[in-house]
Amino acid sequence: MLLAVGSLAAMGATLGAVLGIAARLLHVEGNPLEAELQDLLPGSQCGQCGYVGCAQAAAALARGEAPVTVCPPGGKAVAEKLAKKLGVTADLSEHEDTGPEYALINEDLCIGCLRCIGECTADAIIGGPKQLHTVITDNCHGCAKCFKICPTEAITMCKVPVTLGTWHWDKPQAVAPAEHMH
Amino acid sequence: MKLFPVRGGVHPEYRKERTSESPIVALPLPRALYLPLQQHIGAPAVPVVAVGDLVKKGQRLADRGGSVSAPVHAPTSGRIAAITDFAAPHPSGLPQPTIVLEPDGADAWTDDLPSPIADPLDTDPAAIRERVAWAGIVGLGGAAFPSAVKLQLGTERTIDILLINGAECEPYLTCDDRVMREHAAEVLDGARIMARALGAARVVVGIEENKPQALEIMGKAALAAAGVTVTAVPAQYPMGSERHLTQAIIGKETPARKLTADLGVVVHNVATARAVHHAVRFGRPLLARVVTVGGGAIKDARNVEAPLGALVSDLVSFCGGLSRPPKRIVNGGPMMGQPLPSLDVPVVKGTSGILALTTEETNERPSQPCIRCGTCVTICPCGLVPVEMAAYIRKDNVEAAAKIGVRDCVSCGSCSYVCPSHIPLVHYFNYAKGHLNDLDREVRKRDHISTLVEARRSRLEKQAEAKRAAAAVRKTQEAATTDSEARA
Repeated sequence: MLLAVGSLAAMGATLGAVLGIAARLLHVEGNPLEAELQDLLPGSQCGQCGYVGCAQAAAALARGEAPVTVCPPGGKAVAEKLAKKLGVTADLSEHEDTGPEYALINEDLCIGCLRCIGECTADAIIGGPKQLHTVITDNCHGCAKCFKICPTEAITMCKVPVTLGTWHWDKPQAVAPAEHMH
Repeated sequence: MKLFPVRGGVHPEYRKERTSESPIVALPLPRALYLPLQQHIGAPAVPVVAVGDLVKKGQRLADRGGSVSAPVHAPTSGRIAAITDFAAPHPSGLPQPTIVLEPDGADAWTDDLPSPIADPLDTDPAAIRERVAWAGIVGLGGAAFPSAVKLQLGTERTIDILLINGAECEPYLTCDDRVMREHAAEVLDGARIMARALGAARVVVGIEENKPQALEIMGKAALAAAGVTVTAVPAQYPMGSERHLTQAIIGKETPARKLTADLGVVVHNVATARAVHHAVRFGRPLLARVVTVGGGAIKDARNVEAPLGALVSDLVSFCGGLSRPPKRIVNGGPMMGQPLPSLDVPVVKGTSGILALTTEETNERPSQPCIRCGTCVTICPCGLVPVEMAAYIRKDNVEAAAKIGVRDCVSCGSCSYVCPSHIPLVHYFNYAKGHLNDLDREVRKRDHISTLVEARRSRLEKQAEAKRAAAAVRKTQEAATTDSEARA
């Protein structure tokens, strides 16, 4: 009786110790894929995807619950990168890429209500109570949260214009089919 | 002088004889000059004049906008008519901020020019660099990189050779050839001044062997200049690329994403050397440049010394106008030049040629499937594999093309030139490089935004923390007062 109790207790203790040590040594800190996906997302925590922030969106992507087109401000470029990382093929032909945008405040309509300033996660809007607000264009990443909250519709989303510094040649047209070759 | 072989390259028909024998002629002052604030690589210049101001020749119109930038000076006296957006000499035809100067015809110099540097070959190198920066001199070979910045390379590296680039390997262009033939002494003096600024012991002038007169005149002039060697280099496009010219002279290949200065060689164009001579010896800023106006559709092709800001249409009409409708107007040479959407764009510091090419000259044909002949691989002067890079880019796999070196492509166009299937190879690479730059910009923007988001987060946390602390203090105080009240 004592022998059986003793041996089982010893086995239990040894195996428990082994499992305990293994759990410490082979510990996995969350899903590593989540961190990698989060790196691909803009990181502006704008919440347009419907999740609280980029970390939560990355977790949903890793679980396969969110489509690769989850990130509206990221556009086609981010969707392509996510699809590559997840090893899925995404049909992006329907995905309309409007290109990068920035917010612009119509000074005649702004009433200085501060709501857009509270929304902006990148501190790109400056202004005081009942004072004119303005957007620092370089800091705006076009998440359009301010656009949605503005009570006087004073904010428009503008396309970032192509300048001499950013212009480049388009991709050449595909090679013409060889009709006369037999 | 012993020369070293350079890999690849092509031998296009040079077609230089139409303009190489006629002397440089000055363009009569046009009705208006359009001076873009950005005629160089780097930050745009910042205007220091206002609309309506009367300015003198040589007066500064716009100041440097950063450490890598160049000022703009008035090429003649007149009135500032406007500071406005005007079409850039660029394939996109996009507008850029431009100062419009209406000449008054007097062409009167300003009194505010710096005095000549007395003994430039013995003076402080920093004084030469400062003068070159003041004069707004940029690389006149076409790249338009601020020359003063390039002259700074000697401060942290040891420069053995200042290589003066007189190769002019682009077909049609003869502006450097004429400058060397007509102003050899000025070029060599400018070169020696630049060598002083760089601390370079030797000056080597490399001229392609298809310019025998320039070689002879420069060679004679060099006899009087100590430490200067003039050498003929093979006529092999793209010999005028600074990396390839360096390889021909010292036999070493410049590593990817390094400078020729890392090998102890700094390369400057002949026209840049002449501009440095004017700035240092006479205190004159860069106001004009020699432009080859050529191509089959130009009536009287020749080299024109044009004030900066003159319109391309002014140059074309000065050269007798167009003899027939051109297929394409090209800014630069036919190999690397870029098409211009309109003639109403200004001549800028980097404009080396304006070519009106006919249909026969452009020789455009629809592209056919690749026959995998491998010629593009054989001739690529950078040792790349154009056929493979283009295949990746066609399938939108630009990252794969970057891995096999599309960023190291110098866009010389040799591959497109030799391709028997007329595949626009260099067009693929130009697109890919632009696309990769877009991606880099996106990453930079994303990093910038995440720093801002992080800063906001920590600030809000600190505020919340401060609020909590204040509330706690209030609570203990309240407790203390109720305590004391109760005791009382």
